[in-house]
Amino acid sequence: MENKLGRNLPDKLMNELHFKPFETTKIGNPVFQRTAPKVQVQNGHDKLKDDLKQVVKKNVKDGMTISFHHHLRNGDYIFNLVMKAIMDLGIKDLTLAPSSLTGVMNDMVIKAIKNGTVTNITTSGMRGSLGDEVSHGILKNPVIFRSHGGRARAIENGDIKIDVAFLGVPNSDRCGNANGMEGPAAFGSLGYALMDAAYANKVVLLTDNVVDYPNTPASIRQTQVDDVVKVDQVGDPNKIGSGATRFTKDPKDLTIARAVNQVIVNSQYFKDGFSFQTGSGGAALAVTRYLRQAMLDNHLHASFGLGGITKPMVDLLEEGLVDKLMDVQDFDKAAADSMKNNKNQQEIDASWYADPDNKGSMVAQLDIAVLSALEIDTDFNVNVLTGSDGVIRGAVGGHQDAATAKMTIICAPLVRGRIPTVVDHINTAVTPGQSIDVLVTEFGIAINPNRPDLIKQFQDVPSLHVYTIEELAKKAESIVGKEEPLQYTDKTVGLVEYRDGTIIDSIRQVKD
Amino acid sequence: MAENGERLRRTMMFVPGNNPGMIKDAGIYGADSIMFDLEDSVSLAEKDSARNLVYEALKSIDYGDAELVVRTNGLDTDFFEADVKMMVKAGIDVIRIPKTESAAMVEEMESLVADAEKEFGIPVGTTHLMAAIESAEGVMNVLEIAKASDRMIGIALSAEDYTTDLKTHRYPNGLELRFARNMILNAARAAGIAAFDTVYTDVDNVKGFLAETEYIHELGYDGKSVINPRQIPLVNQVYAPSEDEIKNAENVLAAIEKARKAGSGVISMNGQMVDRPVALRAERVMKLAKASGLIDKEGHYIGK
Repeated sequence: MENKLGRNLPDKLMNELHFKPFETTKIGNPVFQRTAPKVQVQNGHDKLKDDLKQVVKKNVKDGMTISFHHHLRNGDYIFNLVMKAIMDLGIKDLTLAPSSLTGVMNDMVIKAIKNGTVTNITTSGMRGSLGDEVSHGILKNPVIFRSHGGRARAIENGDIKIDVAFLGVPNSDRCGNANGMEGPAAFGSLGYALMDAAYANKVVLLTDNVVDYPNTPASIRQTQVDDVVKVDQVGDPNKIGSGATRFTKDPKDLTIARAVNQVIVNSQYFKDGFSFQTGSGGAALAVTRYLRQAMLDNHLHASFGLGGITKPMVDLLEEGLVDKLMDVQDFDKAAADSMKNNKNQQEIDASWYADPDNKGSMVAQLDIAVLSALEIDTDFNVNVLTGSDGVIRGAVGGHQDAATAKMTIICAPLVRGRIPTVVDHINTAVTPGQSIDVLVTEFGIAINPNRPDLIKQFQDVPSLHVYTIEELAKKAESIVGKEEPLQYTDKTVGLVEYRDGTIIDSIRQVKD
Repeated sequence: MAENGERLRRTMMFVPGNNPGMIKDAGIYGADSIMFDLEDSVSLAEKDSARNLVYEALKSIDYGDAELVVRTNGLDTDFFEADVKMMVKAGIDVIRIPKTESAAMVEEMESLVADAEKEFGIPVGTTHLMAAIESAEGVMNVLEIAKASDRMIGIALSAEDYTTDLKTHRYPNGLELRFARNMILNAARAAGIAAFDTVYTDVDNVKGFLAETEYIHELGYDGKSVINPRQIPLVNQVYAPSEDEIKNAENVLAAIEKARKAGSGVISMNGQMVDRPVALRAERVMKLAKASGLIDKEGHYIGK
């Protein structure tokens, strides 16, 4: 079958898994019944354990769904520790449902797939060797890719039913009151993990820092937690903060960032009290710097900044240019420290952040989102998941969710080396063009024809070079030539959900 | 002189001729002129491949409105003739003569260029020339160099070699370059061509770069050579006219238009006569204002 974007979906799998094809970005006002977790009653006196294997043995059985969070990113020690215990016990046929998978987990996941420990995966994304193996068909069942908001929705409505959540925390008391802010492995917001803590049948905290009872402020509460396991080390503090938050000196990134800033400043949304989300890529970080100057020059301030928080956003908060930061994760140490020290930086869970099926999430209030792309087609559909070779090498992240902002800007170089970014046909559709408003490249910008208001606002701005997206695609082709279409087998290795749970695209096994 | 000097040349960006990535992206930074270097930034082993690379880039990449310049190898090298031939064939706008010391060197280049134009069926005179002054000899002969050919569009100071020749080096205050800068500027103006200032190599020193650019702007230079795209917006910022300058220029041009409609030969504004220098300055201000994005399509000031 084909969905509304004309993406080909595998009929058999769609029927077996009861998926519907993507139709629209509009959510409407449906009524849903949420699920609730099972609770095994206890008085809480005996939660603290030091034998992880015993805890795993007690809780994890063949065929279950287990989850993790990815707040520790490439500094994570918890995932490998737990997976090793599971494999040592010979447990099989698990569904892995982490908020995302980071590079440090790759080898363990590949091993677990090969020996039958893991047979299903749902995640925001994957990179490196794992993406490569999955794209080459290592897993029998397709990986289900979900956005952060989509995962929150799926957990709340029971599409993802977590049996056991293993959550690494930088501190906890003996009863399971924990937060992400204190301790050697502090990473700030626990935003994604809060969904698991609230909805998993069993919640196991792992910490290297057991503190006095009662531990406050508590993001995860003792009422949610079954066991607290003491481990030697939760993570490597030097690898928890991503290295991506340097201020770029790359002249091309800066050129793009300046143009993004011009788009923002000349739009109807740049007014006192506006709100924004920018990512953690080089250009996006630079946008925040330029935006700061534009806010100072125009004597206006923002009501909130949203999403993954970075140091440049914290600087705006401290300078009084932004009233609040709504924080689902922290990308660097400065952002994590700020959540601890600044009461105007609010921890939010993934549902509050971006779930389409609740009573109103933050992204629905967002004015401006600045996002990236691996590829964008002439209908403004965006791929952030598969590379030019068709191999999985990215994450949906909050892309689909933040793209519901009133003005969504994609910033990306027109070409990367010999690879075009703006193309007639993208390998994988992740975010529908319906929700994308402006594309900014180093050569110029393109405005979605469904936004005549923005076309009018930008077409006469001297510093903005406005093209049609077809012209930009042609320009990219004139620089790097035309690509041979990729070769795939018939096997589906991934299904990409839109945030509402419909299927926006499928990913097939690459043919080498 | 090849042109009347009306073209904006605020920035001339150096691009190493052996760097495909930089050559591919050279057009996106808004440089008024792009200078592909076949000389000092290319090692001996790469002279031929760099020449081929720049040739292919000139034939296939759209650099928009930028003026395209190539710095060939010196007249005393084995690469020089092949450089000139291929660049003329590629349709380069300007050939920059390195280490120019005399009018004879310009004439030698001119005859080679003319031969190449004939060979490749390009109208003779199409390819422009500019000279880089890199020695005391060059500075002392700069006027004859500037006037040596109708193809000449500009002269540039190249301070690294020049200061070595003077037995000094570059200082932050630029006192060592005062004489050369003024000689070159006055020769350029006497010949009616453009004057380009030298590069500023400490890319991370924004304050020092701005101070030097403000100084050469004050002297009257058309613009500055840049080695990093990040320096381009800084130069443009220095050359951007002020609101007062733009509004005054608008009034001058309006007065000229009014006088033209009235058929009057004498143009006056606020009781003062608008003469040719005033009109020329107003035109240049409006051109800079447009390039700086400070005026709308109708030529009215819209602010930063």
